[in-house]
Amino acid sequence: MNVLNFIEKWTNVFEDTDISTLTPETAFRDIEEWDSLTALSLIAMVDEEYSVKLTGEDIKSSVTLNDIFEIIKNKK
Amino acid sequence: MATFSIKNIAIKGISGCVPKKKSLNRDLTLMSIEEIEKFIDATGVEERRVVDENSCTSDLCFYAAEKLISDLKWDKEEIEILVFVSQTADYILPVTSAILQDRLGLSKECIAFDVPLGCSGYVYGISIISSMMNATGLKKGLLLAGDTISKIVSNNDKSTLPLFGDAGSATAFEYDINADKMYFELGTDGGGKDTIIVKDGGSRNKTNENSFEYIEYEKGIKRNSCQLVLEGMDVFSFGISQAPKSINTLLEKFELEKDTIDFFVFHQANLMMNKMIVKKLKLPNEKVPYSLKNFGNTSSATIPITIVSELKEKVLNKEANILMCGFGVGLSWGSMLINKCKMESLNLIEI
Repeated sequence: MNVLNFIEKWTNVFEDTDISTLTPETAFRDIEEWDSLTALSLIAMVDEEYSVKLTGEDIKSSVTLNDIFEIIKNKK
Repeated sequence: MATFSIKNIAIKGISGCVPKKKSLNRDLTLMSIEEIEKFIDATGVEERRVVDENSCTSDLCFYAAEKLISDLKWDKEEIEILVFVSQTADYILPVTSAILQDRLGLSKECIAFDVPLGCSGYVYGISIISSMMNATGLKKGLLLAGDTISKIVSNNDKSTLPLFGDAGSATAFEYDINADKMYFELGTDGGGKDTIIVKDGGSRNKTNENSFEYIEYEKGIKRNSCQLVLEGMDVFSFGISQAPKSINTLLEKFELEKDTIDFFVFHQANLMMNKMIVKKLKLPNEKVPYSLKNFGNTSSATIPITIVSELKEKVLNKEANILMCGFGVGLSWGSMLINKCKMESLNLIEI
């Protein structure tokens, strides 16, 4: 798995955001569409694509897309 | 792993009871119009029923039970066990089941006790009452399950208020040697106790002068320590992994064929979570009913409310194979399958 593939999968998380603007360093909380419900879509996407269970704490402690990616890698 | 089967017990009917008063999520001022629409899209909940100040869960269950007993033309003297599943009991003690035994005019020889489970409570309740009846030969039993979560949510908490509705239910059980076996898979993960919790008011943290202090955890989430905490992300993560796992375990253990099951009735947690579970299990949509839109998440009453509100025409007086699955507070979960279940009474009443 690599981080660029991971970013592509965020099309399942966001509806209105242009995925091509995202980079590993993007702070997901700064994206206008981000809220507690998009967080659920992120958990669903990670469960589906990586069979990894993200917790609320995992998301709260992360800032960038790469932080989430690292958590998934460590849980794999 | 707690997988087991119970024989000789038939489910004869179910009654649901909800308060007349509707609370519409689109009327809430707690969130912006955009936020409300997004919330409705994700959770599926448009309106909920809410009890008035003077009513509580036992009232809803009482009327549900009266309706069911009269529909089935049961003699109250014959009811030998009553189990009340709820997290919103009348008092800290005594048990609400005792109050209901007396109020319903049941025999003093009736066994009555409470089971304080929530989302998994209906399936747990069925396993408890059925196994006791099978072990003892008791002939008739009543399972009363429901909650009035409106009593314990903060009106300023957007993570709980728009999601939960109030409802009660009654389910009738009969000892019947011709009944098909029921199959169960039950489990617990208390490591997740903090994901859905009311922190103060029990013996661990007795109600104190700080219990009623309102704290704003984030914008739109303000509550005190006697009110319900719901860590949505953790519950979501738990539900989408545990519910499919529980059902798959049940099917594998007893070599049950998914295709022979007519309906899959899930605890109505929220639409997004339920859809994800259904997708993972690859279930056909027409076999999965929802009652979230009109009633919200009614805790241990979601499964019976969904059956009486969405499946009545399809299963009343007909043999049906029904799988039920509840998951949540505890954390706790339970799945069960009842084959050739022929219910003679299915009703939803309002008070």
